[in-house]
Amino acid sequence: MPPAADSLPAAEPGIMLIAAGRGESNYWRDIWRYRELMGFLAWRDVAVRYKQSVLGAGWAIFQPAVTLAVFTFIFGKLAQMPSGDVPYPLLVMAGLLPWQLFANTLSGTGSSLVSNTHLISKVYFPRLLVPLSSVAVALVDFGIVAVLTAAMFAWYGVLPGPEIVFLPLFVLLALLAAFGAGLWLSALTVRYRDFRFIVPFLLQVGLFLTPVGFSTGNVPNWREIFALNPMVGVIDGFRWCLLGGTHTVHVPGLINGIVVSLLLLATGIWYFRRTERSFADII
Amino acid sequence: MGAAAISVSGLGKRYWLSQRTRADTLRDAFTAKLRALGARLAGRENHGSEEEFWALRDLSFEIARGDVVGIIGRNGAGKSTLLKILSRITEPTAGEIRIRGRVASLLEVGTGFHPELTGRDNIYLNGAILGMSRAEIRRKFDEIVAFAEVERFLDMRVKHYSSGMYVRLAFAVAAHLEPEILIVDEVLAVGDAAFQKKCLGKMQDVARSEGRTVLFVSHNLPSIRQLCRSALLLSAGRLEAAGGCGPVLEQYQRGLTAGAPVTVPKPGPEIAERAYVTAVKLETLDGRQPAVIPVGVPWKIRISIRVRQPQRRFVAAVGIKSADGIAVQTSWLPPQDLAPGDYEAVFTQDRVNLEGGSYSLLVGLTENDRHLQQFEAARFDLTGENAGDQFPATSGVGIVLNSMQSSLERL
Repeated sequence: MPPAADSLPAAEPGIMLIAAGRGESNYWRDIWRYRELMGFLAWRDVAVRYKQSVLGAGWAIFQPAVTLAVFTFIFGKLAQMPSGDVPYPLLVMAGLLPWQLFANTLSGTGSSLVSNTHLISKVYFPRLLVPLSSVAVALVDFGIVAVLTAAMFAWYGVLPGPEIVFLPLFVLLALLAAFGAGLWLSALTVRYRDFRFIVPFLLQVGLFLTPVGFSTGNVPNWREIFALNPMVGVIDGFRWCLLGGTHTVHVPGLINGIVVSLLLLATGIWYFRRTERSFADII
Repeated sequence: MGAAAISVSGLGKRYWLSQRTRADTLRDAFTAKLRALGARLAGRENHGSEEEFWALRDLSFEIARGDVVGIIGRNGAGKSTLLKILSRITEPTAGEIRIRGRVASLLEVGTGFHPELTGRDNIYLNGAILGMSRAEIRRKFDEIVAFAEVERFLDMRVKHYSSGMYVRLAFAVAAHLEPEILIVDEVLAVGDAAFQKKCLGKMQDVARSEGRTVLFVSHNLPSIRQLCRSALLLSAGRLEAAGGCGPVLEQYQRGLTAGAPVTVPKPGPEIAERAYVTAVKLETLDGRQPAVIPVGVPWKIRISIRVRQPQRRFVAAVGIKSADGIAVQTSWLPPQDLAPGDYEAVFTQDRVNLEGGSYSLLVGLTENDRHLQQFEAARFDLTGENAGDQFPATSGVGIVLNSMQSSLERL
């Protein structure tokens, strides 16, 4: 067994100590030192994504637009679900916008390590930068869909109230939840490639366990359990910020969501850091 | 020695040999868990499926600041593992290393190059990956471009580059790193000869004039001799020699005459009743068995075969595969019927005509077009050093060297 990290003498300043179990000593400082690399990786992912595809930014719009049409048709027209006092497409869009952010962040971070195998086996940098930088791609797509959403609101002549200033908080909550779960998935995918197939499946199931196509008001009895899904609080929040009126935030549910997100993030970082040192050996 | 740039003590790195195969999918993980549980219930400890392997063991040495050190050793001696630990890509299992100064490592040319991005973009990306700051890259940008000789293609996507341009650009970025300690793995093994010389020159300048500590792994002994002041010789994960470049290289070359390790698997019970290989020898024509065979010398491969039952249309074949898995060539005996007895198949060639590098030797036996045995018998190295007048170029000109008959007549 390697000696416990704290029983080793501390390195003198200016000296880097490499020893079993000592990978951590400068970890967070290294993340700061390598922040430019994180920017470059994020920029690479964004640039490549839009260079390789013919439609470029069109793809970021295409998928939510189709989902929007399908959900409006199924939940609004066929199932005749209530949407309060707003047009049904706006209700769906206000849910789809954060869901896209969540889904893209989750799948992006989840597969990030495996798709950067060549870097991980050849250069050192804090591995946490890889999933972090893949959040950027999801944010760019989010920006594009947000513009689409704004255009739709303008088209229907709906103007969000002053609540919209709280929107960034819900964006952050969606990112925390997705990033925490993404960290778990990225580290697990390094060891078990099965997770590559599990992630799309999880997202597909998640889409139906999340009130994207309908309003949470339709499931009043299950609210507490429903809110264990952190995206329920986020979507409620988005609808409250954007649509106001009958759409309110269910506070205990939101707190549930925040706690779950933070738990995911904390355990995600813990598991990632714990397995990180063997990534280069098994990837 | 207070000025040591790197001091290593008691360094060890253990791998579990079954680690890779055991846990690649969840199903494997589950079955392994179940098997372990079964073994425990049956009162057995389950270590059978995991075999430990020390890639490095008990390694201690110091490298003085400003020294240029070559690291040599056969394939599998632990050179790459050592570099990976020094570059912090993987953690050691035992021991510790103290490093004074900023380290940059170059284990591959063009790490992180993206084919969809332009040359310009890739300079920034690769620079950042190697640890340069944006400001630093911007400052050296023109110099990098000039060194790589790619000015005209800067805004072209790298996927349209020729492999020569690609390598030149990648090396140019790396050559402009300014760390206090530079770790370089066999990256000069690519590119054309003229550019290789230029790179060597650049590295030499860096080491001499700027007093930088350089660690350099290579199979190319002439470039080690040219660049390095001292050398470390690794053998099976342990330090065999350290000191001045000349003596260590000599010791290495002396050790090489001990022959490449050859493995011949035990035949299975069914094959043991039919026909199987009992020994494989890889030697030069004078009967020596060097592990590093110079390009251009006559050589032969001898395979001892024991035949237990009469064989119809029996064939023995040898194949050579390059280190990156390319099947380079196969030679075989014409099919013939054999009576039981001991045989020796000999394959000879009047000059080794493959480029310098690492290869593996495959041996196969078939009867009536059905496999009896096929296995990797040995790994060996060919060196372009002292290849003689017949082979003015021994790398970067294709794997098979000068294999055609040629003539020149005055008309």
